Amino acid sequence: MIESNTGVWVRLLEGLGTTVLLTLCGSALAAFFAFTAGLARLSKDVILRSLARLYIELFRGTSALVQLFWFYFALPILLDIQLDALLVGILVLGLNIGAYGAEVVRSGLQSVPREQIEASIALNLTPRQRLRQVIIPQAIPIMLPPFGNLLIELLKGTALVSMITVTDLTRAALYWRDETYRTNEIFGGLLVVYFVLAWLLTRGIRWLERRSIARLGPGGNA
Amino acid sequence: MTWDTDFAISILPELMRGLWVTIQAVALGMSIALVLGLGWALARRSPRRFLAWPASAFVEVVRSTPLLVQIYFLYYALPSIGLRLSAFPTGVLALGLHYSTYATEVYRAGIESVPRGQWEASRAVNLTRAETYRHVILPQAIPPVVPALGNYLIAMFKDTPMLSAITVLEILRRSQIIGKESFRFLEPLTIVGIAYLLLSLLSARLVSRLERHLGRIQAPGLEGATS
Repeated sequence: MIESNTGVWVRLLEGLGTTVLLTLCGSALAAFFAFTAGLARLSKDVILRSLARLYIELFRGTSALVQLFWFYFALPILLDIQLDALLVGILVLGLNIGAYGAEVVRSGLQSVPREQIEASIALNLTPRQRLRQVIIPQAIPIMLPPFGNLLIELLKGTALVSMITVTDLTRAALYWRDETYRTNEIFGGLLVVYFVLAWLLTRGIRWLERRSIARLGPGGNA
Repeated sequence: MTWDTDFAISILPELMRGLWVTIQAVALGMSIALVLGLGWALARRSPRRFLAWPASAFVEVVRSTPLLVQIYFLYYALPSIGLRLSAFPTGVLALGLHYSTYATEVYRAGIESVPRGQWEASRAVNLTRAETYRHVILPQAIPPVVPALGNYLIAMFKDTPMLSAITVLEILRRSQIIGKESFRFLEPLTIVGIAYLLLSLLSARLVSRLERHLGRIQAPGLEGATS
């Protein structure tokens, strides 16, 4: 069996912490980009609409790992700055998943029945109130299941940062393997940890789904 | 240091060789995914629980864990069970296994969209379960899901750079090698990005053309209850 070695366990726990941090910060950033670009896609302003379209096409059209490498190795040359690998990881995960999320936001907002918008115009709500108090609360339960899938994709994507020198869970396991050659146990265990993390995230999203439907009150359904 | 067009042109042939490796990996990986995905779909629908349960468990675990970890796992663990594969076949196998778990959901949606009456009619004319799948259900279930499978083909293209982690000389790995030798990362990585963008736009157009030809399946489980 694997000998207990405090150094290894500390590094694995730190790696787990980094993976969780990447997932949390990455998904917060992704949600921000998704809503910004998703709303901009529906804007009346041609420039805003095209910018959002450009962002979505660029980040959905290229590979996440290529984006990661480009931001880590090529962008610093263009801007003549040094970027921290962990920050690049969070930024690229946010941008990448945000681009997929933007399409979810757009189609979620569009799926709210037209009468709801007409009714809120009739009630004299400002465009801002209309969006925040009528449209978004009804679109959220529709968006949550695809958001849940994207969240799992993001978690899986965090493993990629191990390739730009960040010591996440995967990189920590690779170090461990180099020291012990206990390949099967280490990678088998690694898959189990990711599976448990994914399961927890799925649970969390289910809970949010139930809550967001309940908040619509009686008669509200998604 | 800024963009150097002459340098960019000089590294194009090498990168295109990498792109060719990428395309080969996707073609082989997708073939594995399509076959295994159908296998999982049929196993999960099987009344025999010793088939259905392991297939479901496999699909759940593989789909919710990182492809990169699976690639390392296969690369380092297969030799320990006596299976020595070089990096490229290992990578192709990992891609195929990972995407088979996505493909199986698509097949499931297709199979569930075939009206129940088709099953009943097959039973009435005394077809076995295997014959029913082969001659009645699958010919109706698969054509409408081809565009959805096409979308996973595009997704697989975008995951293939991960094979560079186990030294497969696909396009991203070659750009890294060029970068390390010449100390210029901007041109090779930007070309890789552009190549991916063009490839995605092209294949997205192909998929939407397929969609027009073959029709389209919406959400799983909505169409099955018509009869």
